[in-house]
Amino acid sequence: MNESNELAAPHRLDYVGAKMGMWIFLFTELLLFGGMFLLYSVYRSKYPADFHKAAADLNLFLGTANTVILLTSSLTMALSIAAMKKAARNRSFLMQALTISLGLLFLVNKYIEWSAHIHHGIYPDSAVILTMGRGEIIFFSLYFVMTGIHGLHVLIGIGAIAAMLLFTARETITPRDFVKLENTGLYWHFVDVIWIYLFPLFYLIT
Amino acid sequence: MTTDESAIHDTQPGTYVTVWLLLLVLTAVTVTVARLHPTRFAVALAILIATIKGSLVLTYFMHLREEPWILKAMLFFALLSLALIIALTFADVLYR
Repeated sequence: MNESNELAAPHRLDYVGAKMGMWIFLFTELLLFGGMFLLYSVYRSKYPADFHKAAADLNLFLGTANTVILLTSSLTMALSIAAMKKAARNRSFLMQALTISLGLLFLVNKYIEWSAHIHHGIYPDSAVILTMGRGEIIFFSLYFVMTGIHGLHVLIGIGAIAAMLLFTARETITPRDFVKLENTGLYWHFVDVIWIYLFPLFYLIT
Repeated sequence: MTTDESAIHDTQPGTYVTVWLLLLVLTAVTVTVARLHPTRFAVALAILIATIKGSLVLTYFMHLREEPWILKAMLFFALLSLALIIALTFADVLYR
């Protein structure tokens, strides 16, 4: 291998490697959520009636609104990367900021939703929940844990995109080297995919 | 050379918008079906629609169709592992 090849090759390999590393991380995330989806399916098959009854307590409007919000935020995230590739730095910056705003809006809705549950006395180990059927208790436990961990991922994603905003402003992310932005996008879209499954399983089974 | 090569496979903004509209339509369909026709196929249909939506996000937003085969193979084995874990545990629980 001559010298020019050695100089040219690492960058390209790095790029593929960086993305592959991100995907491997996402596989571990897949197993994290996968384990919880497994618990959900096993208990749902054991207590179908209780799951139906408990799911009726969820706010379908807020759930649908949050689905639309996350899908839209995935669009703005993808557009921010496309803009960066075309050297439209300002548009990329704007799209990243929009993605963060939509992520925050998602969390605001989650706050409203959880506040309503807590107001109605529905939270883990509450007096109200302990009077419910076993399946209902399990449904709400899974609901709080799964949407809670998902919400935490949204929060982490917002933090990551905020860092990308800073990198974009400082020109650490450039139209030639934007793998950081792309990997952040992968994370954001992955969190969106998880929600795509959480939504029907918790809100649409009544 | 790297830039030229990737430019050929670049997903255009218009494609992203089309995929997004498709995702919104599928969301509307899954909500409507769940509210109007609570049949015993409702769950299977909801999972099917979610899987179509997830595939759209993976293929276009996560650029899977632009990635080398090794990455697609890795994802395939990750999903296969998850499917096996779920199927085997389910079988264990059902026939215990």
